[in-house]
Amino acid sequence: MNLDQLQFSPGAYVSPVVGWLNSNFHPFFAAVAKGVEAALVGFETALLFLPPYVVIAIAAVAAAYFISVRIGIVVLLSLAFCLLAGFWTASMQTVALVVAAVLVSVLVAFPLGVLASRRPRVEAILRPILDVMQTVPPWVYLIPAVMIFSLGVVPAAIATIVYGIPPMLRLTTLAFNQVPKSMVEMGQAIGASSRSILFKVEIPSAMPTLIVGLNQCILLSLAMVVLAGLVGGGGLGLEVTRGLTRMEMGLGLRAGLSIVAIAILLDRVSKGALQARRRGPG
Amino acid sequence: MGNVMENKINDADVLLDCRNVWKIFGSRAPAAVKAVIERGLSKKQVLQEFDCVVGVADASLQLRRGEIFCVMGLSGSGKSTLVRLFNRLIEPSLGTVTVKGREMSALKPAELREMRANTIGMVFQSVALLPNRTVLENAAFGLEARGVAKEKRNLIATAALEKVGLADWTSRYPSELSGGMQQRVGLARALASDPEIILMDEPFSALDPLIRKQLQDEFRQLTKSLGKSSVFITHDLDEAIRIGDRIAIMKDGLIVQVGTAEEIVTKPADDYVADFVAGISRIHLVKAHSVMKSVAEFRASHPNIDVHSLLKATPDADIGQLIDLTMQTDRDAVAVVNNGQVVGVVTTRGLLRGVAGNPVEPRVAA
Ligand SMILES: Nc1ncnc2c1ncn2[C@@H]1O[C@H](COP(=O)(O)OP(=O)(O)OP(=O)(O)O)[C@@H](O)[C@H]1O
Ligand SMILES: [Mg+2]
Repeated sequence: MNLDQLQFSPGAYVSPVVGWLNSNFHPFFAAVAKGVEAALVGFETALLFLPPYVVIAIAAVAAAYFISVRIGIVVLLSLAFCLLAGFWTASMQTVALVVAAVLVSVLVAFPLGVLASRRPRVEAILRPILDVMQTVPPWVYLIPAVMIFSLGVVPAAIATIVYGIPPMLRLTTLAFNQVPKSMVEMGQAIGASSRSILFKVEIPSAMPTLIVGLNQCILLSLAMVVLAGLVGGGGLGLEVTRGLTRMEMGLGLRAGLSIVAIAILLDRVSKGALQARRRGPG
Repeated sequence: MGNVMENKINDADVLLDCRNVWKIFGSRAPAAVKAVIERGLSKKQVLQEFDCVVGVADASLQLRRGEIFCVMGLSGSGKSTLVRLFNRLIEPSLGTVTVKGREMSALKPAELREMRANTIGMVFQSVALLPNRTVLENAAFGLEARGVAKEKRNLIATAALEKVGLADWTSRYPSELSGGMQQRVGLARALASDPEIILMDEPFSALDPLIRKQLQDEFRQLTKSLGKSSVFITHDLDEAIRIGDRIAIMKDGLIVQVGTAEEIVTKPADDYVADFVAGISRIHLVKAHSVMKSVAEFRASHPNIDVHSLLKATPDADIGQLIDLTMQTDRDAVAVVNNGQVVGVVTTRGLLRGVAGNPVEPRVAA
């Protein structure tokens, strides 16, 4: 008996499935691809429609007005850096991709996370799936995405969405499990409906952990978007890939620092926006 | 006297009626309930045989209008479970809870919310204030959840905060308040809904003794002046005696005795209760009617003293007052007078017996 034959190769099972999906659901995937692409292009166009100075000014003033002056300054500096680094268009493409992907990730992960915290059985099913999803190296996400959607911005977006779901889902479950039982009991005892308990008791109480989840989701999505430069995701990822393939240190470094700027921007703004609604002392 | 009062319960005066209620926790609870009824298993046996925990066993009690009913028991005796059965935060395994003539377990979700919002308020040991809301918003939260318009609910909540003495703190956040003040906000939140019944689950347990005493007195006074009724949970017998019109003692999920503070202290139902009340000062609990001798008996032992020449006290006078009266004369006895009739005599021996808590001499019908 040849031991080599015992080798386990999940790919041997996965790729026919993907192939089958591809041939049988092609119209569906084509429609998804079209939708995603249209949304992204629309978003990007909006960001690139006005001259960079105007966009930076509007964003900084809006952040200062709605959140805080400090966040306004962060927005100003990070966007100015991207512009000065010469990557304005690429940065805006990346922002568009990440924001869109994170929105979808949260829309999927949040309800599932809440469900998992209410139903231990759902959690038991989700847990191993999430474990696998979080340990598989991010490159691997790109393979099925590319197999189905071929190269371009769509597989990049899909892979990013999928990659962003586990941290948000996990931390949503954790956040809701951490809501003190007495708080929920108080809501019930006072005669509140489960909807008001969710929105007025549970979500505010879960908010600090939810913010951590969102932050993880944003940072991992950003990492994936950059990686997706390999499959034609465009934006800053493309510039990093270029720097790598051409061994251009300067290009790679500038692109890398722009990514850092975008990361700081998205993190501070999302945190600030969510915390601003949670008024509190000090 | 306590007995006399108990005999004339009017059904209409019972706000909350809890009859033979059981709560058994665990996946095999139904089987365990059956076994308990058929074979009378103990809490320990149920745990061993069914891996189920008995929270409350066969509890029956009635809360009357205007009454503060204390439930006292040690940790794990099932007090919190019992009080949560009253507003159906926990579903009973067996038995019925009726509030104002309506059976709780028959209520539909909307009716249950209505009942909780309007009739049964609750205050928690953990206070459960929302940290991101001001004191006023917290006090108004029950009304907000019910959809009362902002101006109206703020007005009502402000009035409730005034009642608990927090009028100046409305725009503060819970974290800026001391534990005692937070607990007052919890009470104000319950009062804002103007419920007839207020369930209190060890609200003052986490406070230091002085504040606790102050809040106990305030709570009793407020409840009485507003005409509310309350089930008050505590693990502290002193607190139960201070606050409660009647007291139930719980042990391992069972209610072992229900009665006034005096009844529980003077006539403990079993050794468990007796141990509990052993250290309680009887001076303000034991009343003249339970330590007095009959007039005939007194005349037999003191033939040359005229009972009408003694100082007089009512049957409800406590031992402290009787001692004061005794000290005012050189006579060793005080006459107990009810409706102008001398119904008995309290001698110094009787007083000493009352203070010591020894079994009372054969009682004489008042
Ligand atoms: N949800 C639950 N599941 C299983 N067992 C429970 C549950 N809630 C309470 N119990 C058990 O029921 C018993 C009574 O608990 P309960 O909380 O009512 O006690 P308590 O008198 O309020 O105690 P404490 O003074 O510590 O608050 C305990 O043995 C407890 O372990
Ligand atoms: Mg308790």
